[in-house]
Amino acid sequence: MKVSMTVNGIPANAEIDPRTLLVQFLRENLSLTGTHVGCDTSQCGACTVIVNGNAVKSCSALAAQFQDAQVTTIEGIAGPGGELHPMQAAFKECHGLQCGFCTTGMIMCAIDIAKHHPNASEREIREQLKGNMCRCTGYHNIVKAVQAGAANMSGG
Amino acid sequence: MNAPSEHETGIGASVRRKEDYRFVTGSGKYTDDVQIPGQTYAYFLRSPHAHATIRSIDTSAARSAPGVIAVLTGDDLAADKVGGVPCGWLITDVNGQPMKEPPHPALAQGKVRHVGDQVALIVAATYLQAKDAAELIEVDYDALPAVADARDALKSGAPVVHDIAHDNKCYTWALGDKAAVDATFARAHHVTRIELINNRLVPNAIEPRAALAQYNRGDDSYTLYVANQNPHVERLLLTAFVLGLPEHKMRVIAPDVGGGFGSKIFLYAEDVVLAWASKKLNRPVKWTAERSESFLTDAHGRDHATVAEMAVGADGKFLAMRVHTVANLGAYLSTFSTSVPTILYATLLAGQYSTPHIYAEIDGVFTNTTPVDAYRGAGRPEAAYVVERLVSTVAREMNIDDVELRRRNFITSFPYQTPVALQYDIGDFNACLDGAVELADVAGFPARREEAKRRGKLRGLGFSTYIEACGLAPSNIAGALGARAGLYEVGEIRVHPTGSVTVFTGSHSHGQGHETTFAQIVSARLGIPFEQVDIVHGDTGRVPFGMGTYGSRSLAVGGSAIVKALDKIEAKGKRIAAHLLEASASDIEFKDGKFTIIGTDRSVPFAQIALAAYVPHNYPLDKLEPGLNETAFYDPTNFTFPAGAHICEVEVDPETGAVEVAAMTAVDDFGNIINPMIVEGQVHGGLAQGIGQALLENCVYDKSTAQLLSGSYMDYAMPRAEDLPNFKVGSRVTPCTHNPLGAKGCGEAGAIGSPPAVINAVINALSPLGVTHLDMPASPERVWNAIQSARQSAQPSANPAP
Repeated sequence: MKVSMTVNGIPANAEIDPRTLLVQFLRENLSLTGTHVGCDTSQCGACTVIVNGNAVKSCSALAAQFQDAQVTTIEGIAGPGGELHPMQAAFKECHGLQCGFCTTGMIMCAIDIAKHHPNASEREIREQLKGNMCRCTGYHNIVKAVQAGAANMSGG
Repeated sequence: MNAPSEHETGIGASVRRKEDYRFVTGSGKYTDDVQIPGQTYAYFLRSPHAHATIRSIDTSAARSAPGVIAVLTGDDLAADKVGGVPCGWLITDVNGQPMKEPPHPALAQGKVRHVGDQVALIVAATYLQAKDAAELIEVDYDALPAVADARDALKSGAPVVHDIAHDNKCYTWALGDKAAVDATFARAHHVTRIELINNRLVPNAIEPRAALAQYNRGDDSYTLYVANQNPHVERLLLTAFVLGLPEHKMRVIAPDVGGGFGSKIFLYAEDVVLAWASKKLNRPVKWTAERSESFLTDAHGRDHATVAEMAVGADGKFLAMRVHTVANLGAYLSTFSTSVPTILYATLLAGQYSTPHIYAEIDGVFTNTTPVDAYRGAGRPEAAYVVERLVSTVAREMNIDDVELRRRNFITSFPYQTPVALQYDIGDFNACLDGAVELADVAGFPARREEAKRRGKLRGLGFSTYIEACGLAPSNIAGALGARAGLYEVGEIRVHPTGSVTVFTGSHSHGQGHETTFAQIVSARLGIPFEQVDIVHGDTGRVPFGMGTYGSRSLAVGGSAIVKALDKIEAKGKRIAAHLLEASASDIEFKDGKFTIIGTDRSVPFAQIALAAYVPHNYPLDKLEPGLNETAFYDPTNFTFPAGAHICEVEVDPETGAVEVAAMTAVDDFGNIINPMIVEGQVHGGLAQGIGQALLENCVYDKSTAQLLSGSYMDYAMPRAEDLPNFKVGSRVTPCTHNPLGAKGCGEAGAIGSPPAVINAVINALSPLGVTHLDMPASPERVWNAIQSARQSAQPSANPAP
């Protein structure tokens, strides 16, 4: 079947097996390998992308569900010259990552948190992050990064 | 002392990491991201039985399924004479006999021995096609009785996992003076005895294991991309011990690796099969584990059942300790599995204490479960858990304050020879404990407990101190103890003509930030900008032979190799400078990036020396080779001994059994620290894994069928952000005395010190109710049940026993 959507502002069309997951479409058809797969039960959140303004776990959604959708992946949030998005910068500044594997999904989730809860407390951030797993950092610095990134995004 | 500013890059500065730009932008390159033209996709058909005889395998329907290129089984592997997966450490039994080392075929031959054991490989044009075709394979199994618990496996009549070990014992191994220990126990004032389980864990790096093997017909060589912590050892085992190839015919590349925690140290059967298949099919073959496969096939961690006793004098001094542990090794011997419950465990049972006599005996046992091997800390967390649970139990039984009892028994004079083989070079255990007591505000605890009580909650404080042996070494001693590999590390410094530097290290980074830490060392030493230093690791085609990263060895051993190579660069630089400055090399000093004639203002900068070495126009070619490229192999003379004190404060809800970590404090001594930010991050991660073990994580097998019950994130409770507190982390420094950096290692500390602190805290909270023991994880159900049992046994029974 044919599917077409806009990914990071660029039209993307392909002929796909109807079983193709959104994450497979991004990684294999579009070579956008920044979106990762960490589990097969949609528990870990490494595959989080933003679709039409909301965070979506791309490993548990079919690409075919997103006909004509606007999809943003980790590759689509930095500035045109490679300047980091405020949330990316916050993760780097706060040492909110180690191996980097969960990081891209974590950042996409964090942007979603900042958008919907711009003044979230530490406790609220921890609750909001519960759909994303990190095995390296113990979350201490991720929570700090989300707080700092949210403040930067709102110009604070 | 002035703390380095945020923008400094020297030793001791919290430099922001070089590697982060690619990670936060999604530009990292993990194994599954690698694409090779013509690549095919592999799927492994795995055993649904824990133990079964394979009567037959019918692959005909699968072979003709759409997209399928090949279906291969154990018979094909045997026909091609592909060897089994070897174990890297030979343990000698108490009777002087070598351990039992059963074969581990890379695809099952005749029998399967755990759920997930691999039975066939399907290679197809797409992953989905390979997976679909696997459904068409018919395997006729004759299911056999299975055993999951190592203690059950030792009982007479238990199912036999391997024919060469009818009692299921791989070995019984012992360390220490049994007679002296027994004699001391016989006359002790007090004996404390505990029985405990160190629960089995699944390492769960968020990146699943993956491998992509490519055979290159043109030169009869292989390239293997693999998510692995030590590519050279992977290559050595795969070529020399399994496939029978010369090493130079295989290049192993471990690109960005998404966490390891031990589970990616090992040579796995999948890697063998993929490499073999890539030649057989003359196509690149790629496999990426699904998470459910990771649960079934990544080597698990821990799984000890232990009885431990401490003989104590009337003054609270520890006199002797006796430990018996049954260690579950799983169905096959993973690469370092045999060393974990022996060399890496029993040698740490002295902890921080001057117990004069210790005797430990370990049974390593086969079961029908996934192989068990090193997981974050590898043996040391198991040791610390035994020691610290025992010490806190002594404190309670003898009514001595936890902190006071520890202080009374601390080793305070160094070097210190333990009764279990190690010689601690240095430490200051009181300093860490003092620091932790202050940071955790132990003095304020009684008030907090009272306040919690008013809210109906039980608050507890738990202590633990630990010591670990890092930077496994030296090679000759490890060899005498059964290691089948060396334990040195390599550093190669390649100075480029314009003065920038590439460092090739044999250690491997899978989140530890080596690209930053190592660059700080080189930049500080050579006086060149941090940005002009690049670190290369993880590629046997580029890096000299090294041993990879595990056991917190990268800085202490790998970093020291880099320092040794820098020494050589400096020495050669002095000779070049001596020529350029027309002086004697012995009169040249190197400081702040300049070679200077001592006592003068005549100097040449480092970059000019580099240029002279590569553009040797005015150069003493008769005395010196051109080029500025030096390599050093560093084999340490001893382990390093990081140590610390952890204090956990918990609050238990007696109505639900839920435990909340109210505060977690860690004060550690890692020796000299290069990048405090990175070190703190490592501690945080370790604490999370340790708290995860203590409260949440548990790998559970059905006792009768040996089916894995906790086989996904739906059933295995991984710590999430809301399960953990912010951490209070501090440090005290006693530099390691025998490596040039004075570094000890920090990666495992959090996972070693925290589990006993958490469980001691939970028991402390529950002890007013009479609870004296709980096994990990202290889940709400277990805590609630412990509370109910304690309450019932505290009251006279309403219904007399029949």
